[in-house]
Amino acid sequence: MNVQAIVEGWAAGGAGPLGIPGPLVLAVTKVMLVVGAVLTLVPGLIWWERRLLSWMQDRIGPNRTGTITFGTKIAFRFFEIPLPKFLHNRKIRTFGLLQPIADGVKLFFKEDITPATIDRKVYFIAPALALFPAFALGGTLPWGASHVPFSEIAGGLYHILTPIADVEIGILYVLAISSLGAYGVILAGWASNNKYSLMGGLRASAQVISYELGMGVSLACVALAVGSLKMTEMVRAQEQPLWGGLPAVQNWFLFTPFGFVAAVIFLICIIAETNRAPFDLPEAENELIAGYHTEYSSMKFAVFFMGEYAAMFVLSGVFATVFLGGPNLMPVNWAYLADAYPAARGAFEGMAWVNYWLGPLAFLAKCAAGITFFIWLRATLPRLRYDQLMTLGWKVLLPAAVANFIVVGLWIVATEVYGPLGGWAAMLGAFAVLGVLYMNFAAATKASVLATGRRGVTMVDPSPRRSVKMVDPNKA
Amino acid sequence: MSGNQIVFIVLAAIACIGAAGVVVFGDNPVRSALFLVLNFFVLGFLYFTLGAQLLGISQILVYAGAIMVLFLFVIMMLQQQSAFLRSTESDGRGPIAWLLGATMFMTVGAAVLAPLGGVTGSPILDTFGTPQSIGKVLFTGYAWPFLISSVLLLVGIVGSILLAKRKF
Repeated sequence: MNVQAIVEGWAAGGAGPLGIPGPLVLAVTKVMLVVGAVLTLVPGLIWWERRLLSWMQDRIGPNRTGTITFGTKIAFRFFEIPLPKFLHNRKIRTFGLLQPIADGVKLFFKEDITPATIDRKVYFIAPALALFPAFALGGTLPWGASHVPFSEIAGGLYHILTPIADVEIGILYVLAISSLGAYGVILAGWASNNKYSLMGGLRASAQVISYELGMGVSLACVALAVGSLKMTEMVRAQEQPLWGGLPAVQNWFLFTPFGFVAAVIFLICIIAETNRAPFDLPEAENELIAGYHTEYSSMKFAVFFMGEYAAMFVLSGVFATVFLGGPNLMPVNWAYLADAYPAARGAFEGMAWVNYWLGPLAFLAKCAAGITFFIWLRATLPRLRYDQLMTLGWKVLLPAAVANFIVVGLWIVATEVYGPLGGWAAMLGAFAVLGVLYMNFAAATKASVLATGRRGVTMVDPSPRRSVKMVDPNKA
Repeated sequence: MSGNQIVFIVLAAIACIGAAGVVVFGDNPVRSALFLVLNFFVLGFLYFTLGAQLLGISQILVYAGAIMVLFLFVIMMLQQQSAFLRSTESDGRGPIAWLLGATMFMTVGAAVLAPLGGVTGSPILDTFGTPQSIGKVLFTGYAWPFLISSVLLLVGIVGSILLAKRKF
């Protein structure tokens, strides 16, 4: 059976299995492929985080759940079942991969405590609101190539199956849905009727508002360079020759100067957006017990936990799509190489098809790399103080993103007017000027800090004019 | 009844529940804000059904995402300090409010619902509401209004910085 022919039949409006309309079957299939992948991989992700953290901290971590050592028989109270010969004294290892499932079962059977003085409806809706955006975010992610190799017209199996909706507003959709992710945390904090939870919720809302701007502007840089907000167009733009001049290499935005700056800003912002260390202030356990989920137990806590990991996974996918060439295995233009070196044409054509069919795996590998980076950061960096977090978001990331945006605009205008070389000169010149300006600014700031001997920010103005005047109501 | 009408009626009903929930169901400011979020969110979907992608996603991004998070932030901060906005005593204004509200509802209903019955399909182009077409319109026909509103926003930003920096 030819999968592509079947799927194309569905897309064309033919009947699916059991007489259900084909487009409906196709839509459900597309959604299940993304949601199913996320749901299946989240336990593996939790295991990977625990193991990797353990190795980084010189521990072993969960490595033996699900390890079964067989004897020669299974003995019950009154009878015993002999085991087949090939199982005798064998050991089946799963390297602890079943640990997340054991954790899930444990959480499922824990006592589900509901505090008495909560806002019941909001309290129960909050975990669902935390989980929904994490899955909905996958809606515009293309996990397979939109074009078959050697073809300029969109088509092929992956073009039909992915993304779920290739809308014109792909990037804006990601921003909109990820900004809704804060609601789960804020409402959980508020509905719990607990001071620590509320602090966690308030921190989450302030954090999300400050980091969304840097994230939006850094993505706007890429959208400006691509000339489209479509996710598939972004991947196509990254398959062009590197820097407009090296046709053998793909132009992944991580390799371009402006793209690199945008990528760093975006990466920091998604860490803040998913409330991961070092930006996990909403659940800072040594200040706020467990922050927003202090009052959540059993499966409701598990839902928050899963939402966080699913969001990590999907946002890594966004990073892979926008900056790491999407479903391309390596930044190499196999089609160009096949044309340029006819002697090895067969090999390069073969690689182009391998690159096409292994696209989903390459995409998953990039997601895994992103997640590994998240875990690595968690093991490396201590948590930021609240004012440091705010300073980083508003005073460093946002200005840097805006400066980058201006540079991209300059590059495009200069390319239009003076050609590619002029464009590159303008971009590098602008980066140099901005770098010098920044160094001057940093030196001035450092000098002023050294002169006053004061570091950080004064959170409360201590001047006497601000202080409250106490009036005795009996005398007034 | 066509599929379009069913989708519209479902979305409009949820939007109406959201709008009513802001003021009708109880006096809890946080819940009112949540209903407002629901209303804004569904309004975005109503724009989608009209083919206005960019407008719909901006509605969700700006209103449901950013502005309402700020609203909630402020409400939560204030609510911790005091129970405000709690006036349960009734006075003579209630019936007048109902009367005026019903009049308003009927006027708007007569103006909106009657023409709605004859609507079948919208003769819009595929490019309507895409970022490209809106960008083109903004920078050609509506360049001056666009620039003026940009300056207005800039003034707003400068003003808020001035207010925040002022020592008082």
